[in-house]
Amino acid sequence: MLKIEDLHVKVGKRQVLKGVNLEIKAGETFILFGPNGSGKTSLLMTLMGFSGYEVTRGKIIFKGKDITHMPIYERARLGIGMSFQRPPTIHGLKTRDLVKLCARGRDIDVEALAKKVNFLEFLDRDINAGFSGGEIKRSELLQLMAQQPDLLLFDEPESGVDLENMALIGKIVKELLSGCVMQTKADLPRKQLKNMRPVSGLIITHTGYILDYVNADRGQVLLNGQLCCQGRPGDILEQISKNGYKECVRCLQ
Amino acid sequence: MSAIKNRFDLESNQPQLRDLNEILAEKDRDVLEMAGIDLEEKERSATYMHVNHGQVKCQSKQKGLEILDINQALLKYNGLKEYFWQAISPDKDDYTRLASEKIHGGYFIRVAKGVKIKEPVQTCLFIKNENIGQSVHSIVVVEEDAEVHIITGCATAHGVESALHLGVSEFYLKKNAKLTFTMIHNWGPKVEVRPRTAGILEERAEFQSNYILLKSVKSVQSCPVVYLNGQGAVARFNSILVGLPGSYINTGSKVILNAPETRAEIISRAITTGGEIIAPGFIEANSVPARGHLECKGLILNDGIIHAIPELRASKAGVELSHEAAVGKIAQEEIEYLMARGLDEEEATSTIVRGFMNVDIMGLPPKLRQSIDKIISDTEKDMF
Repeated sequence: MLKIEDLHVKVGKRQVLKGVNLEIKAGETFILFGPNGSGKTSLLMTLMGFSGYEVTRGKIIFKGKDITHMPIYERARLGIGMSFQRPPTIHGLKTRDLVKLCARGRDIDVEALAKKVNFLEFLDRDINAGFSGGEIKRSELLQLMAQQPDLLLFDEPESGVDLENMALIGKIVKELLSGCVMQTKADLPRKQLKNMRPVSGLIITHTGYILDYVNADRGQVLLNGQLCCQGRPGDILEQISKNGYKECVRCLQ
Repeated sequence: MSAIKNRFDLESNQPQLRDLNEILAEKDRDVLEMAGIDLEEKERSATYMHVNHGQVKCQSKQKGLEILDINQALLKYNGLKEYFWQAISPDKDDYTRLASEKIHGGYFIRVAKGVKIKEPVQTCLFIKNENIGQSVHSIVVVEEDAEVHIITGCATAHGVESALHLGVSEFYLKKNAKLTFTMIHNWGPKVEVRPRTAGILEERAEFQSNYILLKSVKSVQSCPVVYLNGQGAVARFNSILVGLPGSYINTGSKVILNAPETRAEIISRAITTGGEIIAPGFIEANSVPARGHLECKGLILNDGIIHAIPELRASKAGVELSHEAAVGKIAQEEIEYLMARGLDEEEATSTIVRGFMNVDIMGLPPKLRQSIDKIISDTEKDMF
């Protein structure tokens, strides 16, 4: 699904990624750990193609296509979807209308999707205007449910979320990754089955709460712009909570 | 002013027009539709139509809703002494003086006490020939507890470039009266427009003005003023202005809070793609408690000038007036956010600009809302 080869990225004059190699297979969920400032968010932003993230070496292959220099919207249309940490407010753009735009002409039941993330009463509010941390998460998931990406990029699903909402968010992320979110008005089981498709995930987490909800097979630590310490996400998390990232630093050396 | 008189034909030597179908070419129908006019007159309670120097149609479908040509009304009501030139002085400026010398027409609308008109009244001021100088004077009286929405579409015929429009409008809202006044301008690129508007509100009266200017125009200069003289009166002004290259738009709003518990809100959205937009807003409070808020936002899409002038004046302790003004460009972050959802750059920009225009705030009837969306898509072709 996704293959990153020797990726070097600069933000301004700063080299934030220094040779990242990573492969995520179809249907696989990969967990990315790392201290603040290690380049995790930059990696996601680069995969999505945001301006300001300059690829100086290496390439990104998605579904067999080299997308290293592809515009953002083409990546999105090709199947990459991202949940934003701090999305901008767009005044006058109703959440409902943006969700419809995300579906790109596919027939979706916005209200049914909104109900799943407990977001009905926000549909007629301007997108992200005064949303709390948890509301932003639910809004992002709602958009992603409409968008139906094949690769889900998720930057810290648990930040700013209370425990009750964490369960809801965990459930929806799991659904998104299983590729069978209710999409159409006539949601027949057979159609659901047909809609089943291998969805991959790349999730950044600090706390690991999300691991209780998703089946993540593999994880790695990003440290100072380089990947290290491959392992099972649970094990990595345990190591980090015990020893911090010191061990990873040693392991890199 | 003599120069103005020489440049434009202000004499009523045009043939009198009587039938709408006869005068409106297919393209002109589109032009009028783009000014919010429904020529089928479905879902309209009354229609007034003025072409060049004379009235063509003036008809009410509803009891309690009177609509007359202003000249007829002046005759019928003995000069309309209570209303005619009572909210504005004919000596206000040169254009107003010129408008007072020659009145080709205009509408007189009166909604009887307690009558609430559900479907909008539509009035249309249309210029059909090149270099016409059109001068109209309109008066709206909404009696106690009455309610009405007036849609005014002002336009020039397809292909007409240069013209002058002088329009004096006076609004009188009695106790508990409610008037929504939606004006859509759809002029030619060399048309000069000088509306002069004033309104007087009695107790608990509510006035809402919606002004939409999305098309090319040589110059518009206007600044409607309303006086909230009765306790609890409310005035809201919403305007959406697009300054295309070559356009000079100087249009603002003024609210004077003269009684306790009055409220004012002025919201304007200006977008330039090369034109010059001056957007003054002025709220004055002379009584307490009184509240007012002024919001003026501007977007420069590539070129052009936006000059926001928010002004507040208070003469009593305890009034609450505030304003916010901002001029900027579309944030790259917003564009990229939408692109990450699959919208290409143009779709993203258009979505953000539409959001910025915030037409929803006007609370327009769905059909009018649709025609405005159509005008916006049409204008967007010239915008990006």
